[in-house]
Amino acid sequence: MSEIPGSPVLELPATPSTGERRMVLNMGPQHPATHGVLRLVVELDGEVIVSVQPEVGYLHTGIEKTCEAKFYQQVVPLTDRINYLDPLSNNLCYCLAVEKLLALEIPDRAQWIRVLLTELSRLNSHLIWLGTHAMDIGAVTVFLYTFREREELQRLFEAVSGQRMMTSYFRIGGLAMEPPLDWLDRVQNFITTFPEKIDEYSNLLTGNPIFMNRLKGVGYLSPEGAIALGVTGPPLRASGVDIDLRRDMPYSSYEKFQFKVPISTVGDTWARYEVRLVEMRESTKIVQQALDGMPGGPVKANAPKIVLPDREKMKTEMEALIHHFKIVTEGFNVPAGEVYQGMECGHGQMGYYVVSDGTSKPYRVHMRYPSFATLQAVETMCKGRLIADLVAVVGSIDIVLGEIDR
Amino acid sequence: MINQPPTLVGKQAVLEGLPEHPATKALTASDNPAWDPQAFTDARFDFGELTLTIAPTHIRAACFTVQAAGYNFFEDMTAVDWFPATPRFQLSYHILSHRFMERIRLRVMLDDSNPTVESITQVWVGANYFEREVFDLFGIRFAGHPDLRRIMMPDDWQGYPLRKDYPVEGYR
Repeated sequence: MSEIPGSPVLELPATPSTGERRMVLNMGPQHPATHGVLRLVVELDGEVIVSVQPEVGYLHTGIEKTCEAKFYQQVVPLTDRINYLDPLSNNLCYCLAVEKLLALEIPDRAQWIRVLLTELSRLNSHLIWLGTHAMDIGAVTVFLYTFREREELQRLFEAVSGQRMMTSYFRIGGLAMEPPLDWLDRVQNFITTFPEKIDEYSNLLTGNPIFMNRLKGVGYLSPEGAIALGVTGPPLRASGVDIDLRRDMPYSSYEKFQFKVPISTVGDTWARYEVRLVEMRESTKIVQQALDGMPGGPVKANAPKIVLPDREKMKTEMEALIHHFKIVTEGFNVPAGEVYQGMECGHGQMGYYVVSDGTSKPYRVHMRYPSFATLQAVETMCKGRLIADLVAVVGSIDIVLGEIDR
Repeated sequence: MINQPPTLVGKQAVLEGLPEHPATKALTASDNPAWDPQAFTDARFDFGELTLTIAPTHIRAACFTVQAAGYNFFEDMTAVDWFPATPRFQLSYHILSHRFMERIRLRVMLDDSNPTVESITQVWVGANYFEREVFDLFGIRFAGHPDLRRIMMPDDWQGYPLRKDYPVEGYR
């Protein structure tokens, strides 16, 4: 295995290291800067990091095993508990995978609302990243600002799905139901004012000398290293690799939207901050385009044996009632086969691998979550740096332990 | 129903249906001294996704071969337990090409008795955690892995939870 270039090693103090001064420090699982229950076993030489060994699994609940005991439609609510900060992306990825197996055609309106909500969900994810990352560095104020906007996003999610975090709004074959009447106007109000809010965060942080000194030149990751380690999403693009699955392998009609993919070639923690900030601006543009061109029509596929009927039809039509009963009690059979559906969520490339044996329960569901791979890069980025940089690096790769442990 | 590309079953059908595919071309080429084309045993093109079956002894060489052919990004790796069928375990490697923006799946079938396969961490360092996860939850060993320990379950856990003969509720 060749050595992956990480951050430049600091000049050590004049006294040579004897090895006796080394200390093993447990960071976590309850440390506030590890964003959940992550334990980092750090070996230190004075203040300089010699090695970092992440220990995960504290949140492992066996979701992949649980999926095998559920009907296909019952897996949807499990998915948004994995990455609970970006719930709608999880729903979308799973639904797309099963729809690929079923060869379902999703109506335009459902696809556009999916794009719109996934982008709002990405904003939600990035807002939490920005708030907590800045708080780790010491700028607590930003957290209060980003959570103000996040609150509004959660209200929007609640209005469509009835839940603030565990949305389960995307179903196999479309959406759970049509959004409420004035909902699109509320999204418009939010998205009109949001670019000013990004300026506000930027004013607080971009010129802030403490924030800049803590981030610039810290946690360097080379493009080759990022690819070898499986790093995806904003950290990969901040290292200069121009890959975004929304643009390069479009799904759910992303090919109809115009947006730029921000990249940076610097590859440090600051570059990741800048890339995500621009990504938030691009996401607002996608939401605006989705609102402007929102097509009419149904939000569910025409597949009565797979998609639950409307409440009204159930009360008036016998077939609808029978289909409802059959779907809820027996599920629906999915043709045998295996599919992998990848997509770009807030943290990077997500993927659902669904294997069907032709019955109504998935034979195997595997989720590829970006944080799981990105976490491997922490040691490369921190080796030879000060322990304070570890906090900046862990914040900058934006991990959620729910999706690492599953 | 949407129109899907036709399903191609079997190595011969895939080679005829997709003659210019860079991955199959690289795996059937006989001029590469590090790769044995006989180890590429089966293929399937289904749901617009290409699955290539590789002999268990040659997965690392296959990864080097497709990496050289442009499939540069290791995206995902997991296993499927086909208990009680034989061979029991299926390993699925999903590899993405940044040049072609296309994904292939390498498939390895493993027997129940002492399931061991070569580690591909020599090809992509990022496969480390994924192989540890499969080791932890399926009990498949990876020869040449730098740090093969349990990752999700506690270190003293008995059994492999994602195997099909392990009950969903666990043992009580």
